[in-house]
Amino acid sequence: MDENGLIINLEDICFGYPGRPTVLDKLNLLFYEGERMGLMGSNGSGKTTLFHIIMGLLKPSSGRIEIMGRPVKEEKDFREVRKKIGLLFQDADDQLFSPTVLEDVAFGPLNLGKSQDEAKTIARRTLESLGLAGFEDRITYKLSGGEKRLVSLATVLAMEPEVLLLDEPTTGLDEATEKRLIDILKGLDISYILVSHDMDFLKEATTGITCMSNGTIVLDDERIPHTHVHVHKHGRYVHDHGLSLPGKKR
Amino acid sequence: MIVELAGGDSLIHRLDPRVKIVVVFLFSVVVAVSDRFVVLMWALALSLCIVLVARLPIKELIRRLIPVNMFIVFLWFFLPFTFEGEPLFSVGPLVGTHEGVLYAARISIKSNAIMVVLIVLVASTSILTLGHAMHELRVPKKIVHLFFFTYRYIHVIHREYLRLVNAMKARGFRPGTNMHTYKTYAYLVGMLLVRSSDRAERVRNAMLCRGFRGNLYSLSTFSMKREDVISLILMLALILALGVLEWTKMV
Ligand SMILES: Nc1ncnc2c1ncn2[C@@H]1O[C@H](COP(=O)(O)OP(=O)(O)O)[C@@H](O)[C@H]1O
Ligand SMILES: [Mg+2]
Repeated sequence: MDENGLIINLEDICFGYPGRPTVLDKLNLLFYEGERMGLMGSNGSGKTTLFHIIMGLLKPSSGRIEIMGRPVKEEKDFREVRKKIGLLFQDADDQLFSPTVLEDVAFGPLNLGKSQDEAKTIARRTLESLGLAGFEDRITYKLSGGEKRLVSLATVLAMEPEVLLLDEPTTGLDEATEKRLIDILKGLDISYILVSHDMDFLKEATTGITCMSNGTIVLDDERIPHTHVHVHKHGRYVHDHGLSLPGKKR
Repeated sequence: MIVELAGGDSLIHRLDPRVKIVVVFLFSVVVAVSDRFVVLMWALALSLCIVLVARLPIKELIRRLIPVNMFIVFLWFFLPFTFEGEPLFSVGPLVGTHEGVLYAARISIKSNAIMVVLIVLVASTSILTLGHAMHELRVPKKIVHLFFFTYRYIHVIHREYLRLVNAMKARGFRPGTNMHTYKTYAYLVGMLLVRSSDRAERVRNAMLCRGFRGNLYSLSTFSMKREDVISLILMLALILALGVLEWTKMV
């Protein structure tokens, strides 16, 4: 860990998908331990891309990435990063690939070298902590949307990460499940970055809101506690004219 | 789509899946290479006995046998007339031979006997257990992975397919025999392929994020009980008897 508790340090990150306009343009991001950052930005502004760059799933064309004080460049470095940072994918069907819930949750711990019994214990404990006891033998594809989301969160938490990246965790959730998610997040002792379009949800679950637009972070320096900020931030968000692609979301 | 029948409770349902896989595999090989009618009839009888022990609903069994037998009916239209040999009957200018009829009969019995045991195997074991048992039997890792992923994502892809079809219907698409229909179906198939490949990429990413290094670990452990051992020995003896009957031309 960096002595200041700096976990993620991105410097001048540029990225574009082949044959498309730039998505991230000299993006800078500082993320500290204990922070609960809300990230907003119109559809297609590059939030998912940013997460994938942090996890090493996409390679930036230029810029520096430092995680916990160490520069990361190659796949080998990112393997270590993935043990510390957990990513909750936008689509739960991508995250849950094992046939049963228990196997899916135990998958991460097993990859980290835990024994079968340890992995099972961790998986059970994680499920229980999310109020999912009794879900062990459920078939993943038969879960409801909300259950899929919570089980996905369990699969990430089972790896005991120090940081969570949550990519639109509330899409498709009903109010009750959303409430439950907020309670779970509040009860976690983990720093996280949370992408959402839902102002109220962000207000509940984060300590500050950051906006992305035109491929960079805006208002990064004025990350003021949101109680009085979000009203006009919301306004700015609406007027945002980034790389938005209307109707991109399904 | 995939309806599992694994819910029943019989000796066959409780058997160690590894025993079932080995028995079904050996049985199928022996039946496939056998030619004598005595052997084939015994094999068919044996497979039907297994159905009785497994207490499968007969209706479900027949429903699952229909596709194979459609194919076999088709063979009966051709095989008798394409084999040289002793004429048996004639339909107009076509002459059906004795050899051709026997050949078609052999194929019918063989395929039904094999299909019946396969159906019992799949119906009495959950897909999951089957995959893990394959893994325990040292089936190559990649095949087991393919088996699991097919099972997991066939539903997702089917749902994606239904979504696309509904989107087409909602905008008034009615299939006909015209260029527009062919083009639309081509788009549908193309779209499904593209989406599946995107999905594969995302699933791989999700696995990488959770430390995937090429190994899938299984959480199930199997243990052979007394009834497993007895069933295995009994079935091996019966299969061996079929083999001996075939090769020594006894009876
Ligand atoms: N696999 C891809 N190939 C090409 N372009 C992509 C791909 N994924 C995303 N994009 C484009 O990159 C931009 C940013 O996408 P994304 O990071 O998913 O945005 P967000 O998550 O903020 O909605 C969008 O314009 C999108 O169309
Ligand atoms: Mg996104």
